Amino acid sequence: MHAELERATGEKMVLNFGPQHPATHGTLRIVLELDGESILKATPHLGYLHTGFEKLGEHLDYNQFIVVTDRMNYLSPLSNNFGYVLAVEQLLGIEVPKRCQYIRILMAELSRLADHLLWLGTAALDLGAFSVFLYSFREREKLYSIFEKTTGARLTTSYTRVGGVLRDLYAGFDEDVRQFITNFPKALRETHTLLTRNRIWMDRTKGVGPIASEDAINYGLTGPCLRATGITHDIRKAEPYSSYDEMTFEVPVGSNGDAYDRYLVRMEEMVQSCHIVQQALDNLPDGPVNVEDNKISLPKKSDAYGHIEGLIHHFKIIMDGHGVQPPVGEHYCATESPNGELGFYIVSDGSGTGYRIRIRPPSFLNFQALPHMLEGGMVSDTVAVLGSLNVIAGELDR
Amino acid sequence: MNEEQSVAESPLVLQKLQENYADALLAHEETRDGVAVVVGKDDAYALLEYLKTEAELGYTYLVDVTAVDNSQLESELVKYDYARFMVVYHLYSYQGCCRLRVKVPVHERDLRVRSVTSLWRGANWLERETYDMFGIAFEGHPDLRRILMPDDFDGHPLRKDYPLRGRGERESFNFETQNV
Amino acid sequence: MGLDFGGARNLSADSGFMDDNIITTTIDKVVNWGRKNSLWPMPFGTACCAIEMMATLASKFDLSRFGSEAIRFSPRQSDLLIVSGRISIKMMPVLKRIYDQMPDPKWVISMGACASCGGVFDTYTLIQGVDQFIPVDVYIPGCPPRPEDLIDAVMQVQQKIAGGEVPKGIEVAV
Repeated sequence: MHAELERATGEKMVLNFGPQHPATHGTLRIVLELDGESILKATPHLGYLHTGFEKLGEHLDYNQFIVVTDRMNYLSPLSNNFGYVLAVEQLLGIEVPKRCQYIRILMAELSRLADHLLWLGTAALDLGAFSVFLYSFREREKLYSIFEKTTGARLTTSYTRVGGVLRDLYAGFDEDVRQFITNFPKALRETHTLLTRNRIWMDRTKGVGPIASEDAINYGLTGPCLRATGITHDIRKAEPYSSYDEMTFEVPVGSNGDAYDRYLVRMEEMVQSCHIVQQALDNLPDGPVNVEDNKISLPKKSDAYGHIEGLIHHFKIIMDGHGVQPPVGEHYCATESPNGELGFYIVSDGSGTGYRIRIRPPSFLNFQALPHMLEGGMVSDTVAVLGSLNVIAGELDR
Repeated sequence: MNEEQSVAESPLVLQKLQENYADALLAHEETRDGVAVVVGKDDAYALLEYLKTEAELGYTYLVDVTAVDNSQLESELVKYDYARFMVVYHLYSYQGCCRLRVKVPVHERDLRVRSVTSLWRGANWLERETYDMFGIAFEGHPDLRRILMPDDFDGHPLRKDYPLRGRGERESFNFETQNV
Repeated sequence: MGLDFGGARNLSADSGFMDDNIITTTIDKVVNWGRKNSLWPMPFGTACCAIEMMATLASKFDLSRFGSEAIRFSPRQSDLLIVSGRISIKMMPVLKRIYDQMPDPKWVISMGACASCGGVFDTYTLIQGVDQFIPVDVYIPGCPPRPEDLIDAVMQVQQKIAGGEVPKGIEVAV
């Protein structure tokens, strides 16, 4: 009614949404042009969290940059670590031992769970479902403690190294993770009961912010947002990296490409991630976790302190201007991060520091399609659509 | 993925490009991550359009647009007539599950490159970012503004001559002009 | 009652009524006691630290046990600004404006290395410490700090309030 009145008078209103708004998660900003309640035009503004990661990559050596990748998509730092070191390793032309590949897959899938859980909590919170936030953080805390025991940090893990991982898994890892994935489906069912058939949740997400599959490709959408439109594309299947070709899992797809489908796809992805974790645990091979190449992996501490050779190798890797030195060339490597295609394009000039490190963030392109999803919709849908995209400012602005 | 193919014959995309755009191709190579081609600035748009629309290739997904400042990379500079910048497009074909890198050398004296926003809407922000970070001017772009840095920012941070710690803008940025 | 305002309690020795029901203290102390136990934080979360801040608010750590669960995203209603995350030169004017909009007295926690000093990011775009532009009362080290650190910082702010300390942002005429 109100909208019709406004339309009759032909007045437009400009509404500034963000950067400090509870639903923008801190740093996103959208300027909405409204005709009453309906959105005529949406213009996202970004850069509020621009940190200069890519510039920093030209000044840090290859192993130091891992620390920076943690802080990109801070919901799932392990996936970023994984994607980055994979790119450097492919540039070097090395392959890490099987055990290391499995450990990385384990950690990447667990962090996919952590990422989707946080997305679930905040997306529901934005639409007023506070309990889901508390439930998902309860599960996330369990993951935090597994991450902390493995890597030494809850959030900024920096677990991977070029040519391996920081250290092998701790003694009770298997037990902890098995316990987690046994109980996790129960927690997921709890959320399904709260949301999936919930009238309010369905009303607010079904048919909201839809995008057709052709448009999704044209905009360069990836990850759950692309799969929600009905396209079965997952880099883990299409170009299996690490040991993903040894895992059996399904790629869930939606059909309408709306906020509800994006929700369902992510929920199902969590189940599939649990399957992958289960398989990786069952088949976890023995052996070393680092490549046996003294020019890439750090020697054991006992060697570094006890033998002159070990000391020299240690020194050569750590010292400025030495370290890991890929050959001159360039390489693009994409991995399926929780939000979509996370790509690293590395240009090497043969030194220990990257000449150019370009990060292809999934959130950047997913966020770009936001106006397409919003325009023609209602202003209250903004929060639902934004929530369903899971835009992480850290990787959006880099 | 391409390893077996490359032993026998060059990938389809390379054959096709050599057939149709032999003059435009400055260089090409098969890399571990797919195929990389270097193409002159004037032919870039037509080539990208061909890659997208040719049914047999189907490079419908523009993965990334970025640039590299080659001013400190002598080995690249000499190859392409001392062109300072290299605009890099990454493409992906859903039907062939293969990747392609298209590189376009750009001289500092003429930073104009034709925009591909008319082919891929996803190119919009990617080109804006490349403009913001390197100063490459994409002709025909609907809205070529800075995207990450403030509107009144001076300089292009990812150029090699721009210092990591900036030129003092951390202390002297403008509180007023940015419409908060 | 378990409350101690630090005032004299036993004014009249011969009257039990006075003993149990009347507390004498200064108005400042009552007000500070109230303020201390009902902080309304305004979370200015931008990056990784914001995730740990969310963890602090969620079920396991539960900041509401310390009297500051009324998270408000409106600066006009808040008296504790928690700056958690990296602040770029594009964001700083926003932060400054939000700080200016908060009613006095107000306290500021700078959570994590990036907000306090730029952290690992010494780059062209990042503010090397928000205290160059807004006054900070409590700094939390860490990248990111653990939820316990944030709780500790909130308790330090509470101590400052209880001690009658004037917030950094208020200039006192001498």
